[in-house]
Amino acid sequence: MSRVRVLVGTRKGAFILSADGKRDRWDVSGPHFAGWEIYHVKGSPVQPKRLYASQTSAWFGQQIQRSDNGGLTWEPVGNAFAYDGVPGTHQWYDGTPHPWEFARVWHLEPSLTDPDTVYAGVEDAALFRSTDGGMNWHELSGLRGHGSGPSWQPGAGGMCLHTILLDPTNPERIFVAISAAGAFRSDDGGTTWKPINRGLRSEGIPDPEAEVGHCVHRLAMHPSIPNRLFMQKHWDVMRSDDAGETWTEVSGNLPTDFGFAIDVHAHEPETIYVVPIKSDSEHFPLDGKLRVYRSRTGGNKWEPLTTGLPQRDCYVNVLRDAMSVDTLDPCGIYFGTTGGAVYASNDAGDSWSPIVRDLPAVLSVEVQSLP
Amino acid sequence: MIRVVLPAQLRTLARIEGEVELKVEGEPTQSSVLDALELRYPMLQGAIRDRFTGKRRPFVRFFACERDLSHEAPETLLPAPVANGYEPLLVVGAMAGG
Repeated sequence: MSRVRVLVGTRKGAFILSADGKRDRWDVSGPHFAGWEIYHVKGSPVQPKRLYASQTSAWFGQQIQRSDNGGLTWEPVGNAFAYDGVPGTHQWYDGTPHPWEFARVWHLEPSLTDPDTVYAGVEDAALFRSTDGGMNWHELSGLRGHGSGPSWQPGAGGMCLHTILLDPTNPERIFVAISAAGAFRSDDGGTTWKPINRGLRSEGIPDPEAEVGHCVHRLAMHPSIPNRLFMQKHWDVMRSDDAGETWTEVSGNLPTDFGFAIDVHAHEPETIYVVPIKSDSEHFPLDGKLRVYRSRTGGNKWEPLTTGLPQRDCYVNVLRDAMSVDTLDPCGIYFGTTGGAVYASNDAGDSWSPIVRDLPAVLSVEVQSLP
Repeated sequence: MIRVVLPAQLRTLARIEGEVELKVEGEPTQSSVLDALELRYPMLQGAIRDRFTGKRRPFVRFFACERDLSHEAPETLLPAPVANGYEPLLVVGAMAGG
């Protein structure tokens, strides 16, 4: 029988939640790296026991941890993230030039084909790659260097590169997203990049339809149709059917289209999930009701999913990297909250139950589907 | 031998129990002690001082002999009681919440 392993990063450590294919009884392991912020943990698709974790601390800096036994034991690997050449400046919050400074790794994306190759999205925004299992890191500096870098500015959470999507049909194609610069695409393995933000409209920046400057919160892709992308922007849920060349809004009947997380059903490329959040100043669900919204039409028509989720007095947030899906049938959906709960649905979102309720604030959730 | 006491999070990271004892050639300075520490425990590179500039991380302090040595130049000689092993060099994480 298949199993699932849920990798949870929190403000004070990592947790690993394991279950068989029924996904109704869970073993909880952790905290791993207790006391450290774990921004992200993700496994290699080709070697699932190989895990990478971003361990960070305002006191003691960045560590990358690697496991080769599914998280039973870990080894620190390389943490030298040096920007390529003279780093230059981006815009600070007040609009003045600010030197690029490495702060932390937000997201780790293992290669689809090589367990030793892994990408890291960092703050201040840049993309790094390691080809030796995380020991050494090299910046793919064409991203910062493509021209608009000096105009990028941080979102409220910092100027982070938080999303990395690898095209399973084209090893040369990579998508990334940066708050608050926007989405970018490379078609040559990360050497050169172009902004892909046409169709986005963001009030609050000088030109609402600018080429860059949009606070993209998250991108999602179904591996069978990699040209179709979904985006949770600061405000607005968006869709592209041409690899990001153009975007259209698909917020439809959502009660609020602000939010962070977005993901796609493992077997239904038109079925997508978001967690609407009230607003950019009120980072909690509308009316104190935690509701996942599902669209089976690739957007525009949305239905609330509430069974098993708190429907009163709930004022948590669900952060951008804190939702994931497994590949079992029926598809499992998972998300974590800043209140420390991790909710799971083993029926594609129809019903939910908490795996754990009281972890530290959840920063990220990834799921591995195992044989 | 130079004695160094690390904060709990760094002891966990480097799998150290208790104090670290380091042999340092010549008269010890902050810089030479940290060099020796990072040589023995490479995972501490970047955790106490910046990997590239060598600058002390903002929330890390160095205490010894009831003195705050944090703002002394890295090449300053450590106090004699630290140099001869009577007193440890304390690497301290700032007492800030979180």
